[in-house]
Amino acid sequence: MNFTLFDLKIVEYSFFITAILVIMIGLYGALVKKSLIKVVIGLSIFDSGINLLLISIGYITSGTAPIFSPALVKDMPLTLENIKKLSEGMVDPVPQALVLTAIVIGFGVTAVALSLVIRLYRHHQTLNIDEIKNLKW
Amino acid sequence: MIYYLILIFFLLLLMIGAAIYSIVQKDLLYAVIGTGLISLVLSILFLLLQAPDVALTEAAIGVALTTIIFIITIKNTVRFEDEVYQKKPSKTEAK
Repeated sequence: MNFTLFDLKIVEYSFFITAILVIMIGLYGALVKKSLIKVVIGLSIFDSGINLLLISIGYITSGTAPIFSPALVKDMPLTLENIKKLSEGMVDPVPQALVLTAIVIGFGVTAVALSLVIRLYRHHQTLNIDEIKNLKW
Repeated sequence: MIYYLILIFFLLLLMIGAAIYSIVQKDLLYAVIGTGLISLVLSILFLLLQAPDVALTEAAIGVALTTIIFIITIKNTVRFEDEVYQKKPSKTEAK
């Protein structure tokens, strides 16, 4: 009987639980904390959790990376049947492409938020969000 | 096989611990180092989840660039989280 630990799906479920816990921690930091830099740190943690959740949804147990290397193809004509046969044990490449874009967009969002934090500090001399009340600069 | 499971569980627990540490920590510079640790662990997890291109991008952007812009922000503003609670004389109060 070929029974391994991967048949229990324990790896995939632990990835899901960890990603959702990290998302909850980031949401807590973004909503509760008073310091504006802590809010941006919470948003960054939130991004990391969502990226891990998307990548672990696309993972199949004991799959390989979705790359057609020349050693894998081996002078095989690339017909539709051969491509289907070669890509059986590969993980899903669509969430990986989405996450690759989402990482760069998350970096841009963090940079814009931190530049706004610096502008607010130079105007108000504080970072407490309870003291920054007025809308007029 | 069991070593692989132990490695994955260790990395997941390290990620949760670093997230809690960077939210709870009052010194913002240490909290930023905690987010860098989250990104580093996330990069290793992407490599274990058979996504090497995402792992390379996360290691470059998440570990290096995000930490650098957070440190630049802390250098231009306050370092400790408690400093934001102190009442400082501002320009709007003088009016």
